[in-house]
Amino acid sequence: MSSFDNLFGLHTQALALWQRRAEVLSGNLANADTPGYLARDVDFRQVLSGTDGAASPLSLDTPSPGQIPSSAPQPGGALAYRVPTQPSMDGNTVDSQVEEAAFAQNSVHYQASLSFITAQIHMLRTAITGDQD
Amino acid sequence: MSLTKIFDVAGSGMAAQSLRLNTVASNLANADSVAGTPAAAYRAREPLFAAIRRQFGDASGEADAAAADGASGVQVLGMTESQAPVKAQYEPGNPMADANGYVYASNVNPVDELVNMISASRSYQSDVEVMNTTKQLMLKTLTLGD
Repeated sequence: MSSFDNLFGLHTQALALWQRRAEVLSGNLANADTPGYLARDVDFRQVLSGTDGAASPLSLDTPSPGQIPSSAPQPGGALAYRVPTQPSMDGNTVDSQVEEAAFAQNSVHYQASLSFITAQIHMLRTAITGDQD
Repeated sequence: MSLTKIFDVAGSGMAAQSLRLNTVASNLANADSVAGTPAAAYRAREPLFAAIRRQFGDASGEADAAAADGASGVQVLGMTESQAPVKAQYEPGNPMADANGYVYASNVNPVDELVNMISASRSYQSDVEVMNTTKQLMLKTLTLGD
């Protein structure tokens, strides 16, 4: 195995994404009563397309040897605005129930990613110790 | 770890909502206050909320892409006073009465205040839930691999 960078596959990036999404959703919930606040969320499909190994269309090109590639794009850097189902008179588009459901879903996803990483660690430990523990 | 920012965001929400609850309590307590002049009468107050657009990590030079449009907390920009007219009540026996025998009551609407109170406490509760969930996630992350 040449590198341990890809030991946990996509799950480390997924963890960063779930953290970012939890942050955005908590911002929505904190601003549930702010006039004119527009609820936002992470566009998962867009983030996924940026992490599949292919170069992002906006990433820096490194044609010459010795050039340092730019760091990976921030997970969920671009946020999308939520389409309100029940707009309120003060221009706020936060629907507390929707945000709470999304936050709960996000927590489950986060724990799922943690479980995958834990399973990987267990597998490696078994491989290293030869099932002696 | 970016999960720690959630505590700042949810904390700002809780601070804002508790200030709103404070305002409601003040308004309800003064619902029956009277004054000698219309200008001195108590007027219902309400906090003005606004989203904090900058990232909390700005000061430490944390220049990530998220800083431009990161999660935002909430802040209280100031207090607004209700512009509803105050009621003049004819009470010649009241020591606060003016020359014509009128006292001026507050313009607090108790129904508005109760609605505000319920809304504030619901929002506070969801902020607390966010904090609890985040704490559990962080604890699980700390025991990763066990």
